[in-house]
Amino acid sequence: MTILELIVTTLVKIVIILTLMLLTVSYLVYFERRVSAWAQNRLGPNRVGWEGVLQPFADVFKLLLKEDIVPTNANKTIHALAPMLALFVAFTTYAVIPFGPSIRIFGLTVPLVVADINIGILYILALTSLGVYAITFAGWSSGSKYSLLGGIRSSAQMISYEISMGFSVGGVLLLSESLRPLAIVNSQGAWLWNAWIQPIGFITFVVSAFAETNRLPFDLPEAEPELVGGYHTEYSSMKFAGFFLAEYANMIVASAFIITLYLGGYNLPFININSIGLPEWLTVIIQIATFCVKMGALLFFFIWVRWSLPRFRYDQLMSLGWKVMFPLSLINIIWVAALIMIFKI
Amino acid sequence: MAVKKREKDLTFLEKIYIPEIVKGLSLTLKNMFRPKFTLKYPEEKFIPPASYRGRPVLVLEENGEERCVACGLCSRVCPPLAIEVQAGETEREKERYPEKFEINMIRCIFCGFCEEVCPEEAIVMSKDYELAFSNREDAIYGKDKLLVPVHQLQDRINFLRSYK
Repeated sequence: MTILELIVTTLVKIVIILTLMLLTVSYLVYFERRVSAWAQNRLGPNRVGWEGVLQPFADVFKLLLKEDIVPTNANKTIHALAPMLALFVAFTTYAVIPFGPSIRIFGLTVPLVVADINIGILYILALTSLGVYAITFAGWSSGSKYSLLGGIRSSAQMISYEISMGFSVGGVLLLSESLRPLAIVNSQGAWLWNAWIQPIGFITFVVSAFAETNRLPFDLPEAEPELVGGYHTEYSSMKFAGFFLAEYANMIVASAFIITLYLGGYNLPFININSIGLPEWLTVIIQIATFCVKMGALLFFFIWVRWSLPRFRYDQLMSLGWKVMFPLSLINIIWVAALIMIFKI
Repeated sequence: MAVKKREKDLTFLEKIYIPEIVKGLSLTLKNMFRPKFTLKYPEEKFIPPASYRGRPVLVLEENGEERCVACGLCSRVCPPLAIEVQAGETEREKERYPEKFEINMIRCIFCGFCEEVCPEEAIVMSKDYELAFSNREDAIYGKDKLLVPVHQLQDRINFLRSYK
């Protein structure tokens, strides 16, 4: 593959993924509103278009038309920078997640991942923790006490959960012996998902992912009843929409990350699809569909949890992060190491 | 500082959260498939029970006469002074009828005192709740809008009789 071919294929992949990502994000908002309505025996938005399918566009249009207010006390540059940073982090993280096997098209072999880099997992961990800067910047630059409290909470929360998140990933890395997301997916094979092998790590990772994306029960940076709107109290119009989209994009990234690490990536569960002799294009389509189904299920889980569980108190959050999640993720590493000792040596 | 004691200590299963979380999640999942309470309003309309106090209306008898005898008690009892009655005389058996009967729907507070005080069961609260108007003149309902045939109001009249 020449440099030119590499650039062209990567650009095409970037465009496709960004478009899909934006569409999914806006429909995720719609989906969340519908699911929350169902959970409360309501119907949810069903007026714009058939069953409300055009609702996301109506929402975005409304936000575009709103006045963009910047508080007098705000630090204008950082105030404007924060939502962009949030969106940037949310969208770039997706670059290393494989959503299908390699495909052969026009005589080229194209892996279905934007950047197949050796340190993919590190890249994701680094970028997701960069996301906290967006929230802290937003909280600090708004010149409002509620925003500031939201920003502080978010950084405290991020520190306490990133550790258990990193250690849970450690368990996965012990098994895959690689930081490449594709290698991790392949190491799990058809049914030997990491979620079965290391259930404790799976649980701690999922909980940390919830905390990382600021979703309920860990949405303390937002905490509407106590902090008005938390870090985005002073944001309006498209800047607010930036945070809103970033939150949902983060959800997508988090579920993609969970799928890659623990749920076998794009592989069909229980069946080794390469051994049943389907035509290659069909295999690829089935694997991409598998990825999408897993993603949809996880996103539903995210929403479902949000509308079931109450928010943690601040001190409960801290004690859960440091006294429960952190030791559990360490136990998980020992457990995985023991498994390797017993079965591989 | 006084330490408040728990009424009940949590069991081990409750302390590790996960079974409780599963319980909560299954509850919401169950609710997702239960019938919805929302009415698709302009297409589906809410039919209120007989106890509902909607727009006050005058009863029109089967023979086309109004039941009201223009005693003026309703306008007297009306807390926001929304009702205006002017009596007139006729040759019919009842002798009196309202020449003018107006309810200002901007003022009406749907308290139902008029209906309670009426000796003739001539003014009752209907089930009508769609009362939008675009100017103040439209909000003053005259006899043309107030008179409603008695068979449409039978539900409410029966309700009033059973509770009087």
